[in-house]
Amino acid sequence: MFGWTSISSRGGVDMNRLAVELPGLQLKNPIMPASGCFGFGKEYGNLYDLSMLGAIMIKATTLDKRFGNPTPRVAETASGMLNAIGLQNPGLQGVMENELPWLEQYDVPIIANVAGTETADYVEVAKTISTAPNVKALELNISCPNVKCGGITFGTDPQQAHDLTAAVKEVSEVPVYVKLSPNVTDIKEIAKAVEAGGADGITMINTLVGMRLDQKTGRPVIANITGGLSGPAVKPVAIKMVYEVSQVVQIPIIGMGGVSETADVIDFLSAGASAVAVGTANFVDPFICPKIIEELPSILDELGVEHISELVGRSHRL
Amino acid sequence: MIIQDRMRVTGQREIAKNIFEMKLTGKLVGEINSPGQFVHIRVSDSFEPLLRRPISIASIDNKANEMTIIYRAEGRGTQLLSMKKEGDMVDVLGPLGNGFPVGETPPGETAILIGGGIGVPPLYELSKQLTAKGVNCIHVLGYQTADVSFYEEEFTRLGETYIATVDGTKGRAGFVTDVMETIGDGFTTYYSCGPMPMLNAVQTAYIGKKGFLSFEQRMGCGIGACFACVCETTEKTDKEYIKVCSDGPVFPAGVVSI
Repeated sequence: MFGWTSISSRGGVDMNRLAVELPGLQLKNPIMPASGCFGFGKEYGNLYDLSMLGAIMIKATTLDKRFGNPTPRVAETASGMLNAIGLQNPGLQGVMENELPWLEQYDVPIIANVAGTETADYVEVAKTISTAPNVKALELNISCPNVKCGGITFGTDPQQAHDLTAAVKEVSEVPVYVKLSPNVTDIKEIAKAVEAGGADGITMINTLVGMRLDQKTGRPVIANITGGLSGPAVKPVAIKMVYEVSQVVQIPIIGMGGVSETADVIDFLSAGASAVAVGTANFVDPFICPKIIEELPSILDELGVEHISELVGRSHRL
Repeated sequence: MIIQDRMRVTGQREIAKNIFEMKLTGKLVGEINSPGQFVHIRVSDSFEPLLRRPISIASIDNKANEMTIIYRAEGRGTQLLSMKKEGDMVDVLGPLGNGFPVGETPPGETAILIGGGIGVPPLYELSKQLTAKGVNCIHVLGYQTADVSFYEEEFTRLGETYIATVDGTKGRAGFVTDVMETIGDGFTTYYSCGPMPMLNAVQTAYIGKKGFLSFEQRMGCGIGACFACVCETTEKTDKEYIKVCSDGPVFPAGVVSI
């Protein structure tokens, strides 16, 4: 299960140490911004060259455009934040016509996050978006806690998760990763179900459902009442879940949940992830992804490791 | 261009109750292109508190490479910011957003600037730039009470200035709209920044006049990527929604659904 090998023939000597190959994805390095924390790349493209990223997980795309939830949509919490954006996006057509073609100027694989309210929506979005030339993999969003129907309902029932994965696999032109929700009793059961449904990989974790109340009024701060918790506060939960899931599935995991600095990347790899996504930290420091990529080689030196993949699953070894 | 700058604190003082004026120097100042833009400040070197704090720019001094921000120390983040001392370095992202269009008021004409509370600061740089090009500025500044009012002298130096306080401890008792009624509508343009109910009242009072409003909304990233600060629009624009951080914070009157 840790056989996701380095790509020794690509890139310069130093960057070879970071290259990772996953189903559908030739990653220059295992660092990518997480879906929902990077829009469709444009804002960050003004700040640095997006080609240096391992991949980009673009904002969730639904069949029809969505305005999302009322505001306030975010609230800060202890070492974290709650959000309830509500999958605002321009819809499949808008993403196909405007967002993905714009990203083609960069030499970076795109992982398209696909969301919906029923199986037919997911299938239609997956079928079309997987034909875009720069979309190298799909990330099936069965874990968004902020939409009323669909989304997370697929992610909390193993049978539904299995069937949706199988239906999308049937139509997708590229490998399918499934994004798991931590808001379940046993995440291993969902992971095994999507693997059985044909998933090529798992991305985890999405946000944890939470609430914050206003001190003066006692009312929820977020208009949607509940929101998804992210940031450094959720990292221990994510590490534990990656640690568990990586021991019961054969498919690779892209780990995420509170990754804010280079040390966190090492932890996720050690827990069993083959690559790592950076979410909320992009809001705190918009340059965090390039900073982590730059720091990784020296951390490998400190750890006495030649290639980054050697760290994957260290926590499982006796 | 938006840059991330480690700026040096060159001054910090409490100018009214819990209202702080902070001066910062760094190359970011050279990137500011209009009054009403804001900066996103990381108040801690740790992840607690996590998010940056959006704060408007009150004044810029390009020669000294220095900018002034004025903020209310209210929550944990701004309280930490208020403890920064001269010489401390602060992680600042900016300049962000689109500011007030100075060019919309020709020289020799009159502009009225209406601010409420912590919405007053960006109007100061705006007034500096308008008066420098020969626009006659009238300022209407509203505060809750006298002890949280600030910059009356600074604004008075630039033009006619009226103060309103809700409790009547300074200037006229009441709201900015009460002062506006006495001024009439002999002006070309109005510019306003303050709480949403105030913006709504100003926009309603000056219906048919050319105006620009600066909005506030809870933000995540500050650069347009997270979709936290989205507002619905009216039919006056072809956009279905706007992001306060990157499309605004300043919009022509009538564009944002209030």
